[in-house]
Amino acid sequence: MSITASIPAAGAARALAKARTGISGLDEVTFGGLPAGRPTLICGGPGCGKTLLATTFLVNGAVMFNEPGVFVSFEETSDDLIKNVASLGYDLGALVAQKKIAIDFVRVERSEIEETGEYDLEGLFVRLDYAIKSVGAKRVVLDTLEMLFAGLGDTQILRAEIRRLFAWLKQRDVTAIITAEQGEGAMTRYGIEEYVSDCVFLLDNRVSDQITTRRLRVVKYRGSAHGTNEYPFLIDAQGVSVLPVTSAGLAHAASDEVISTGIPGLNQMLGAGGFYRGTSILVSGTAGTGKTSLAANFIEAVCARGERCLYFAFEESPAQIVRNMRSIGLDLQPRVDAGLLRFEAARPSLFGLEMHLARMYREIEEFAPAAAVLDPISALRGETGDVHSMLLRVIDLLKSRGITAFLTNLLSVEGMDKSDAGMSSLMDTWLSLVQLETNGERNRGIYVLKSRGMNHSNQIREYQLTSQGVKLVDAYLGGSGVLTGSARIAQEMVDAASSLRRAQDNERKQRDIQRKRAALERQIAELRAELESEEEEARKSLQHDEELEKRLQAERRAMAIQRGGNVS
Amino acid sequence: MHESPLEVGHYNLRLYVAGQTPKSITALANLKKICEEHLVGRYHIEVIDLLEHPQLAAGDQILAVPTLVRRLPEPLKRIIGNLSNMERVLVGLDLRPVTAP
Repeated sequence: MSITASIPAAGAARALAKARTGISGLDEVTFGGLPAGRPTLICGGPGCGKTLLATTFLVNGAVMFNEPGVFVSFEETSDDLIKNVASLGYDLGALVAQKKIAIDFVRVERSEIEETGEYDLEGLFVRLDYAIKSVGAKRVVLDTLEMLFAGLGDTQILRAEIRRLFAWLKQRDVTAIITAEQGEGAMTRYGIEEYVSDCVFLLDNRVSDQITTRRLRVVKYRGSAHGTNEYPFLIDAQGVSVLPVTSAGLAHAASDEVISTGIPGLNQMLGAGGFYRGTSILVSGTAGTGKTSLAANFIEAVCARGERCLYFAFEESPAQIVRNMRSIGLDLQPRVDAGLLRFEAARPSLFGLEMHLARMYREIEEFAPAAAVLDPISALRGETGDVHSMLLRVIDLLKSRGITAFLTNLLSVEGMDKSDAGMSSLMDTWLSLVQLETNGERNRGIYVLKSRGMNHSNQIREYQLTSQGVKLVDAYLGGSGVLTGSARIAQEMVDAASSLRRAQDNERKQRDIQRKRAALERQIAELRAELESEEEEARKSLQHDEELEKRLQAERRAMAIQRGGNVS
Repeated sequence: MHESPLEVGHYNLRLYVAGQTPKSITALANLKKICEEHLVGRYHIEVIDLLEHPQLAAGDQILAVPTLVRRLPEPLKRIIGNLSNMERVLVGLDLRPVTAP
């Protein structure tokens, strides 16, 4: 259930025939390679890799595309050339023996040449023609053509002849690379770029903070779209590779799939129940907050699903990380042995940022992991802007491949760095680890600073690095705020005590009321009894009075009868 | 142009050209003139047309045409151009000291 954004097909309008260089990255930057049947100028300062790039073009042509080539060297003898490129793993000697490549060393030594009168460079044309025919060449390298200017005096003739040479090469329909030294304030020392109007590359070998970075730029490419940025490129035992990392656009697919953080409690904090696959996660915290441990839990979860994970370690050696993680109950070694986890450890100072990026690019391409860990990004040296741009490209690179990025960032004790705020926008999920200092102890707290596309907990949770991994402890939430560590335990005890007291109070109050009720009822009963006794007395006295009255009447009647009166 | 076998002090000269162009014709004429004036009887000129023998160009490091190569006496010398400047050709062939009066 993933939404795939369509990435516009590179160089959809391919009107121009192109000769693939077979150099990884360069064909992407040029949308297919060099202009076929035309000359391409590669210029740059000494030692920036012109010859190696050109040689790679020829070797790849011969080996990969069945296009034989001719190498006309003005600087190095054939033997030197063969030896020099052997370090890249190219066996030029064998290719020459197989008639796939012809090398012609053109020696131009001013001291040996006397000039008198008119001449032209037909000799060079003849040699080139002969070499092209001898192997049926489709590709030609002229390295470095401008050596002619050093060897021959008549620049007017030379310019005319070079112009003729380029026309001649086009006519032969060979794809040519001409190398040239970079001049001051100009692309080439003798201005031959004005004759090569089809395609110009500029190579550069820049030293910044004692770290060298090679870069390539396509200055112009007539009739074709091309990447315009400077791209870092590598020359090492695996040949030449250009790394068009900047070409990543904002067209990554967005997955709905949720993957575990490796920590159950943390999963709960994130509304979706984990991270979205292919997003970028930043874990920041001060020293000793357990960033690497958090990363290790994540890695374990990745590997447990049978997916591959690439770990770029900038500060610790792989062995050290594996050992340290055993202390929290995570053994990463079996994952390494199973080929699920690969460590790439390098000191940040070993290469420049671009080289790191380039190396990462190649590793990522090769290992094709499901997740990548960068630990820690704060170790990367350079201008803030440079680091930012590098990370941006790493994240773009990872996202474009649907790789989940897990980055850690060491914060200074003072708190959030400026660079950190800048990083925020690159990150989809940002977990912050904090040290909570209270009552003479430090406790670790984690909170979700942001998590795009999901509801998430706003709590600071306490977590512990236990021998069974990272554990989140239920946070104490009460009137006095969030408490951690022994303060949490103490507060929990205080709470328990006060609630007991409240219960006791209630009981007592109830007993009091009962007692009051009993007393009141007793009082009522007494009063009623009193009333009853008074009523009794009253009734008795009334009865007595009536009897007395009756007796008096009876006595009066008896007295009247006695006196003899009439009875009324 | 096959002449007597080489002796000490002989000049073995090769003129590389590419077809019968005005430049190459001029060069050969100039060369013959110089040799007749300065090397009578002790020179040997071999004209190589690169259009016919392109494989020979690399061996003598030919770049420009016409190129005159002095193969003997050693060391090897190369003079390029149509040889119109006789003084320079003579200097190039070591037939005249550079600091000639």
